[in-house]
Amino acid sequence: MGGEYRHIGKATPRKDARAIVTGSAQYIDDVKLPGMLYGKVLRSPYPHARIKNIETSKAEAYPGVKAVLTYKNVPGWIGGVPYHRPVLDSTMRFVGDAVALVAAETGESAEEVLELIEVEYEQLSAVYDMEEATRPGAPQLHEKIPGNIFPRGFRSIGEKALQEIVMGDVAKGFKEADFVTEGTCGYENIPNPLPPEPPGVIATWEDPEHLTIYTASQSAAMNRNFHQPLLGLIDIRVIGTHCGGSYGTKNANMIPMVHAAALAKATGKPVKVYFNKEEHFNAYSLRLGSRIHARVGIKKDGTITALEGEWFVDTGAASEMAQVQVAVGCGEAQLALRCSNWNLQPQLVCTNRSPSGVVRGFGGQELKSSLLPLMAIAMEKANLDPLEFFKKNYVKPGDGYYWRDGIWWDYRGIDFSKAMQKGGEVFGWKDKWKGWGKPTAVKGNKRIGVGVGVHGNADIGEDESEAYVKINPDGRAVLHACVSESGMGERSAVCKMVAEVLNLPLDRVEITAPDTLVNPFEFGLVGSRGTFTVGSAVIEAAEDAKRKLFDLAAPVLGAEPEDLETKDGKVYIRGKEKEAIPWRKAMGIARTLTGQGRFETDFSLCNCMMIFAEVEVDIETGKAELLRVVAATDCGQIIDPLVLEGQLHGSLGSAGIDTALFEETVLDRDTGHIMNCNMIDYKWRTFIDLPQFQNVILETPIPSHRFKAVGVGEVAPAPGPSAVLMAISNAIGKRIMDYPATPDKILKALGRI
Amino acid sequence: MKNKNRAEEGDSRKAATAEKNIRLTVNGKLHQLVVGKDVNPDHTLAYTLRETLGYTGTKIACDHGSCGACTVIMDGEAVLSCTMLTVECNGRNITTIEGLANAITGQLHPLQQAFIDYTAFQCGFCTPGIIMSTKALLDKNPSPTEKEIKQELAGHYCRCGSHYLVVKAIQSLVEKGR
Repeated sequence: MGGEYRHIGKATPRKDARAIVTGSAQYIDDVKLPGMLYGKVLRSPYPHARIKNIETSKAEAYPGVKAVLTYKNVPGWIGGVPYHRPVLDSTMRFVGDAVALVAAETGESAEEVLELIEVEYEQLSAVYDMEEATRPGAPQLHEKIPGNIFPRGFRSIGEKALQEIVMGDVAKGFKEADFVTEGTCGYENIPNPLPPEPPGVIATWEDPEHLTIYTASQSAAMNRNFHQPLLGLIDIRVIGTHCGGSYGTKNANMIPMVHAAALAKATGKPVKVYFNKEEHFNAYSLRLGSRIHARVGIKKDGTITALEGEWFVDTGAASEMAQVQVAVGCGEAQLALRCSNWNLQPQLVCTNRSPSGVVRGFGGQELKSSLLPLMAIAMEKANLDPLEFFKKNYVKPGDGYYWRDGIWWDYRGIDFSKAMQKGGEVFGWKDKWKGWGKPTAVKGNKRIGVGVGVHGNADIGEDESEAYVKINPDGRAVLHACVSESGMGERSAVCKMVAEVLNLPLDRVEITAPDTLVNPFEFGLVGSRGTFTVGSAVIEAAEDAKRKLFDLAAPVLGAEPEDLETKDGKVYIRGKEKEAIPWRKAMGIARTLTGQGRFETDFSLCNCMMIFAEVEVDIETGKAELLRVVAATDCGQIIDPLVLEGQLHGSLGSAGIDTALFEETVLDRDTGHIMNCNMIDYKWRTFIDLPQFQNVILETPIPSHRFKAVGVGEVAPAPGPSAVLMAISNAIGKRIMDYPATPDKILKALGRI
Repeated sequence: MKNKNRAEEGDSRKAATAEKNIRLTVNGKLHQLVVGKDVNPDHTLAYTLRETLGYTGTKIACDHGSCGACTVIMDGEAVLSCTMLTVECNGRNITTIEGLANAITGQLHPLQQAFIDYTAFQCGFCTPGIIMSTKALLDKNPSPTEKEIKQELAGHYCRCGSHYLVVKAIQSLVEKGR
């Protein structure tokens, strides 16, 4: 591990480590601009209502209030896919929807003044179930979305955006099957990824053509890239702060961003919009709801002959980019389930609850969590060991898939079955697996069961990244790349790559702040893409800069550029390190050399994550407890072992594994209110409930770039929920087909209540 | 109408409690705060530390006493600063995350160094609170067991999954001390 490299593969302190442990790291709420106002949002108490009358004069007259905005006087920016989400609207579509915005000199007065806005509502009937929403006569949410079913597609991922899986001939496939099974499974607990830091944005207009945004985001540049078209192609400069957790939810930050920008425009001052935890629970980025009715054709040897079904996807009251999540989910299903005959038809539906948003797992976790339990029924019928089934059916070199762009990609990566096998060995799968519906062990009232799930993503090569590497004559380098820090350690990882290429000590490589003014194009840190995409751009830029250095150094040293080496800011002829000259002598002190790098979308590689789970179920109380997790992957090459360990442990949090056990957003389907919108009633795993957790990480070189590595962070939680559900079903000998498997559902399955 | 009352009530509360001083020692430095001017009766200690005194290393996440992010040490005890009113903290001695490193040399507290060595954080938002609780624990019990460490940290919400490396980092320190 890391043997052949100076930095790559070794544990090195994160560049921001000192700032984090001393409290000096700046998160969004730590930033105050001179003259800054505080923006607050009045929120709807009703799931579906029309504003009949809204009276703001008392609020406007309150001391310290600088602006009150309603649907009548906000800018006409409209977001969402398709464009259906104005800054404020006269119709409320979920409890917590924005009614009015206030900017005031202090956060306290802004909060107080919300109560002075008088609103008269006409309540409308609401719908919460995704299939009910599509029936004739159901309450309609948006004019632009007839029947509550979103139109398919999203231009920015291509004209042919993958919105279904159709290939081969399913009728023929079912004929070839030894067994045909069918069923329904729902992953509908709409959990909240709930980063500790609530979402927040500061907006300030330099002039009508220049907007500056400070944002806590995992992908700062996305705030510019996504909002420029919305705001009339004005210039948007985005400066990223430290981000206190995101898990997908803080990327473009559309809602707080447009609210802050509108208030800043109205007041001519910087405005901060920072959600409190209650708003974070009620009005920000839940997971998609997912329900599948499917038929599966399978052979005795584990070959899937046909897969046919309807996939209902509930995005709540609006779609940020759920169509892309559907596309990526459809791609990812093909990675894990090799099958020649598909007909999977998604229906993306809106309902009267807080909207889903971008969340780690991005359509794939939702699809896998509801599809793999249906595959389990087929595997049981064919009496197949799920580990062997997944090893056989995960994408292999020579296979291919339709990716999110609707284009067929030939897979050129590695065979991940070795990592799955190794994970199984560490877990002790062979001994623990006793067959379908059979516990591993029985101890009094306790039943132990095991399960396994798999997931992977070819978005590791999605979209574009650019980087500049600037060599300074003093033997230092600066990386210009718009890389944010939300916990992934990517800013440090890319510095390691530069230091490796230029053979510098790590502390001689700096990276610019995530600021779109000083950096080239960056898409963002999503889909585990950082290692491959940003990495490729950064490596190319560092190599380019090195080439320029050697071109200048060659005549000085009387050699050819290809005969040169560099180390610690000195350059020398290979084999003659003692005669090394400092960079400044090669390039002169009044010069910098800048190399450029760019990455273009490449979906021909993917990653893979397998999770093994062991649970103990008390059949008297119905409580299921997670005893042990083994996470197995092959990442090609570890960049930093501790950062990677942490990311895999992250499969428990961010609405991951625990959504199979206790994590859920409880929606009252009479009133539309979320019942557990605080951190006591919303259940989360504490330090004392930690299961045993082992990571199995192989390093089979993957043809990505110089360091043969791919990222796996985003996918870590996704195989977890289905693995746990399988383990519980095996422990109790009864199938559970919805999440989370709370004691009431387990006791019901056991016939005890 | 209820709403208007609440706003007016705020003003009268401010007036009634004016002219009172609160003395807080934070990281060895004494701060005198005038009630009604620097501090309102409904200001939490977390708010005062962050917004009035600028100790923004203390984080507010839930603002409800259920996530541990705002933990500081008050007279030797780890407390949730979002559940305490500043006006109740007169005369108290408080240590925040900014007060752990040596103020003159900048040398980190061994606990901070252990967190760096084990990369015992991801997003880092919960880290100040976790470090403060651990500091309070180790000051009282220099050799806690794994179970005692986890028990102490049970009220801290970490969503990235840094729990395992946090425990390892703390254990490394406990072992060094033995």
